[in-house]
Amino acid sequence: MSIDIDTARKVAHLARIRVPEEHLPELAQELSNILTFMEQLNEVDVEGVEPMTSVTPMRLKRRVDEVTDGGYQDKILKNAPDAREGFFAVPKVVE
Amino acid sequence: MSLNKLTIAAARDALRSGDVTSVELTEACLSEIEGAGALNAFVHKTPEIALEQAKAADTRIKTGDAPAMCGIPLGIKDLFATKGVATQAASNILSGFKPEYESTVTQNLWDAGAVMLGKLSMDEFAMGSSNETACYGPVVNPWKVDERQLTPGGSSGGSAAAVAADLCLAATGTDTGGSIRQPAAFTGIVGIKPTYGRVSRWGVVAFASSLDQAGPMTKSVRDAAIMLGTMCSHDPKDSTSADIPVPDFEAALTGDIRGKKIGIPKEYRLDGMPAEIGKLWDDGIAMLKDAGAEIVDISLPHTKYALPAYYVVAPAEASSNLARYDGVRYGHRAKLAAGEGIVDMYEKTRAEGFGPEVQRRVMIGTYVLSAGFYDAYYNRARKVRALIKRDFEQVFAQGIDAILTPATPSSAFGLGEMADADPVAMYLNDVFTVTVNLAGLPGISVPCGLDSKGLPLGLQLIGRPWEEGDLLNHAHVLEQAAGFAAKPEKWW
Repeated sequence: MSIDIDTARKVAHLARIRVPEEHLPELAQELSNILTFMEQLNEVDVEGVEPMTSVTPMRLKRRVDEVTDGGYQDKILKNAPDAREGFFAVPKVVE
Repeated sequence: MSLNKLTIAAARDALRSGDVTSVELTEACLSEIEGAGALNAFVHKTPEIALEQAKAADTRIKTGDAPAMCGIPLGIKDLFATKGVATQAASNILSGFKPEYESTVTQNLWDAGAVMLGKLSMDEFAMGSSNETACYGPVVNPWKVDERQLTPGGSSGGSAAAVAADLCLAATGTDTGGSIRQPAAFTGIVGIKPTYGRVSRWGVVAFASSLDQAGPMTKSVRDAAIMLGTMCSHDPKDSTSADIPVPDFEAALTGDIRGKKIGIPKEYRLDGMPAEIGKLWDDGIAMLKDAGAEIVDISLPHTKYALPAYYVVAPAEASSNLARYDGVRYGHRAKLAAGEGIVDMYEKTRAEGFGPEVQRRVMIGTYVLSAGFYDAYYNRARKVRALIKRDFEQVFAQGIDAILTPATPSSAFGLGEMADADPVAMYLNDVFTVTVNLAGLPGISVPCGLDSKGLPLGLQLIGRPWEEGDLLNHAHVLEQAAGFAAKPEKWW
């Protein structure tokens, strides 16, 4: 499977990483090489094999659905690039 | 001997007998760190915190019931959240980030009285095998045999270099595909990745959550046993943390492996493997045999597919985990031009904040998870992963106690030497270690010799799940038999 420039552009956008147009051919080539490497997996007979979901056979713990933590808005906002009036501030989202 | 050169075990005994104080140990390390700028290992230094913790440790030791790690000066990989101290996973996207919380692993260490000297460099987001993807610039291996500067390996390269150069008594590392064991082998130290779930991942910056596991990087197997015991705990804040007791790993070091069965997997004898690596492996086999173990040829037939499976699963998980770096809640946010909106903010922030290797892996992960390719790549890789795990289960069911393999396909290479290579060539560094992460098993790298250039080489032992004590005992026997005592000559 080789990745063309349009696919590379689409993947970059899905990943929300801006890639300048002139770098797309190189990116497409790199991604293609890595995917070619992965294609060895097609040699393996995986008929009837369940995809692994957890490497250790453990059941995830459950607990009562209740608030156990929180109440420190100032700490949550402490590292924000732009926090105003107790909120994270971002560019306008809705016109 | 300079205090910074002590092992944890020796320092513990000297602290308890009153021959040395934690403040003296800590000052010796701080002064070595000041003189080791050329290695570029410590990237955020915390001398004030260190001395404060050391004084508290000395008081506690005087009361007579201090734990083994009390007063021991450590380096902490930049991947662990440390409250109020820069934590940026060696990435520009976390520039300026100072967590308001402490990771469970480091909290366990501080609760036991350990001392934090500072944060150690690493590959960005733990993605790399040479420490060259760090936003701080590469770490330099203290081992040097010609004019070249060598990589300490990665991703825990800062940890490996700092321990090998005696800047600290030990360090924390993390291992997603070999990031503790490969740098340990490149620098002549010991590094163990425990069973998945043994150590809490809470507060450790996530790379690939189903593979990530923290562990100690130390000067001896005994030290690894001591420090691992302190790092482990059941943690309700990590849903994959195992609710099972943590045994006394040091007590497991009996030095007796008579009658144990050591598996030698034929698939690890790669075509084109350097003769020196093959010889080291044969020597290790002979050492374990001499110690009374039974050597058994085994087969792990899906070994060849571990790397491609890993390079689907790990980037897929990384693309999800790293989605949180969007310039909203922490770290870097790109400057926007007039009229640019929130999508521009995300795209510019991530383009500026992530280095090339991280961008590449996030995009690969995005691709293999995207509609139409999810089954072909991601689900297929998860099925192959199940087969890789089954290979190990079958040999353990045959009665194998531990598996011996090389740790790396070569000794440390030169910084910059892989710059023009295909990314896949760099990935091959993980060929012997990555299977262990995919199967969730414990693995340890033990320094066993020098190559013809005079650089350290390591062997890897792989253990049964949750049997770190038994694994450490095998490693202890190998360490004693190999008698590796070489240290890098100080040039920095």
